[in-house]
Amino acid sequence: MAVSLRTLDDGAWVSVEDERRVGASELWYVTGVCDCEVADFVVEGITDVDVDGRTIAAETYGTCIRCGRSVTTDPVPVGRLVDGAFEPLAAEAVRIPWGDSVGWQVSPVSGTSGDD
Amino acid sequence: MPTDVEKWKSETYGNEIREHLMEFAEGGWESIPEDEHDAWFERFKWWGLYHQRNGQESYFMMRIGTPNGVLTPGQLRVVGEIADEYARGPGENPEFGAAYCDWTTRQSIQLHWIRLEDIPDIFEKLEANDLSTQQACGDSWRNIVGCPVAGKDSNEFVDALPVAMNLHDTFKGDDDHTNLPRKWKVSVTGCREGCGQGDINDLAFEPAEKDGRKGFNVRVGGGLARNEPRLARDIDVFVEPEDANEVAGGMSALFREHGNREDRYSARIKFLVDEWGTEKIRDVLQEEFVDFELETAGEDLRDEYTYNSGRATGGHHDHVGVHEQNDGNYYVGLNVLVGRMGVDDTLELADLADEYGSGEVRLTQRQNVLVTDVPEEDLDDLLAEPLLEDYSPDPHPFMRGSIACTGTEFCSLSIVETKNRQVRYARWLKENVELPDGVENFHIHLSGCTASCAQPQIADISLRGMKTRKDGEAVEALDIGLGGGLGEDPRFADWVGQRVPADEVPGAIGNLLASFEERREGEESFRDFVERSDEETLEVLIEPEETSYEDPYMHNTKLTWYPYAEEDSMDDSPAPASADGTPITSDD
Repeated sequence: MAVSLRTLDDGAWVSVEDERRVGASELWYVTGVCDCEVADFVVEGITDVDVDGRTIAAETYGTCIRCGRSVTTDPVPVGRLVDGAFEPLAAEAVRIPWGDSVGWQVSPVSGTSGDD
Repeated sequence: MPTDVEKWKSETYGNEIREHLMEFAEGGWESIPEDEHDAWFERFKWWGLYHQRNGQESYFMMRIGTPNGVLTPGQLRVVGEIADEYARGPGENPEFGAAYCDWTTRQSIQLHWIRLEDIPDIFEKLEANDLSTQQACGDSWRNIVGCPVAGKDSNEFVDALPVAMNLHDTFKGDDDHTNLPRKWKVSVTGCREGCGQGDINDLAFEPAEKDGRKGFNVRVGGGLARNEPRLARDIDVFVEPEDANEVAGGMSALFREHGNREDRYSARIKFLVDEWGTEKIRDVLQEEFVDFELETAGEDLRDEYTYNSGRATGGHHDHVGVHEQNDGNYYVGLNVLVGRMGVDDTLELADLADEYGSGEVRLTQRQNVLVTDVPEEDLDDLLAEPLLEDYSPDPHPFMRGSIACTGTEFCSLSIVETKNRQVRYARWLKENVELPDGVENFHIHLSGCTASCAQPQIADISLRGMKTRKDGEAVEALDIGLGGGLGEDPRFADWVGQRVPADEVPGAIGNLLASFEERREGEESFRDFVERSDEETLEVLIEPEETSYEDPYMHNTKLTWYPYAEEDSMDDSPAPASADGTPITSDD
């Protein structure tokens, strides 16, 4: 089944089946985008969207608020298709960009939510 | 491969969108096929309608383009009446009430909470009064900006108003220039102060003289967005006023043919100027898009530019205050904090403009309004009007210098709340922070994201939405830039302060200004001080600090359906709603 995927409004959204489902300006936990074990990553814009099997991922640019590094990311998983419907990743999930492996962990690794 | 947006544009774009818009208005929100939302929302932008953010479905922002910021007599009242009748949504803003008008940094007007069903009535009323939303958003010619007192300025070099109006009349609705790769921002400046802000536009006409003839030099490829600010670059062309249309049309066509349609992030002409260089831009313009021989640039007036310059010397930096016009009448520039006016105030201002001036009102790129054509003998009475206590022509510098974009109240891209926050910042700074002697202009621009709608990079203090963690909690924060300004040698701010919690920003500004006063050499401006200081020093001088300032918007305002609602969670959103505001439930 073909699923309509795109970015919209100058990178504000990932649209899935003509519905704005994942927005910029959120905080994600992401591995491998800076020297932090897990980046606390503010998504400033979404530049592209891609799919691998059932996993939908967004290429983004943004800033890790732990170390301050600004980066453009490989596709980062944002959700997946289950029975044709989109299920977004939970806010606390740790996202692993493609290039490392496809996937995410459900819980933050220790020490990722403190003010260290 | 062309983007989806390009595909939608190739199917239906420009004037023909209107017919579909009217059909959807008749059928209401639910008549837009669910699998066509993205396409139609993208197309609606061409007619000035931008779908509001998550949690506010079925409501639109409406932008009305006013060329060169001119609202002819009667038009302000029309805008106020439309806002009063149609721009009331389910949420009320604690600072500005239930309905208000936003005066933007491109001399346009934005109304919020507009329902699709009301569009036909609104368009009818707008057009009956020579106003329009056409091309206010979308990939085309945006509102043409310029010095807001063009044609009235007693110190003007060349009258730019007929040029701006001619461009507006020619290129709004022209099918040949309907569908460009991205937005196309044009500025026409005729004054000596540089009030048109040509440096930050895609195409800029700047005052110049050649062989005793007055006209314009042409610059191309300026813009602030996406962390990629560029100053418009000189392409060595002088044009007389009567030829401006042909050169502008040629540049627009060059952009149409050669701009990037594969990647919207690289589509603005600033990137084409990066790639080609100014010489090739000029050559291609000459060879492919203009029928007469282009002249080389004339002598410009940039060494006289003062507008928004951050320099201490001479000229005006904005249009606030009482100024004589070239016909002996006066214009009175009113300070509108963060560019927003409640509808009652808007209608009152329309009455005052009628009573004391010609009824004309003009909008500036610093989000302020001007009442024009006031006879000298009526000035005192106008200045004594109670409305001018709130919209002062002689405001405190912190009020005068404040600009803010829309922010998370309505915008999908913004990371933080902006307008109400900047109001609170300005009030707190006015009460608690002293400016060094002689500093009468001090610009603080707050933009919610890197799209730079508040033009943060050209302020003394630039604030940009970010997040950080404070006491373990994610909170709204701001990056702080210093020392930006236009003028003869425009300069973008250096981002030297990172991720400062929003409630510690006023303290940081206070500490920074105290250090400026301590280290200041003579009468130097803040911008001069920043330019002679190294980045490490400046970074140290920004000392974030909690103060008596309290910020009610520290939580993630983006995750609310409306940041100021009592019950603000997404689940409490009354959207989408039908024409009368009744929520449309998913089981309908």
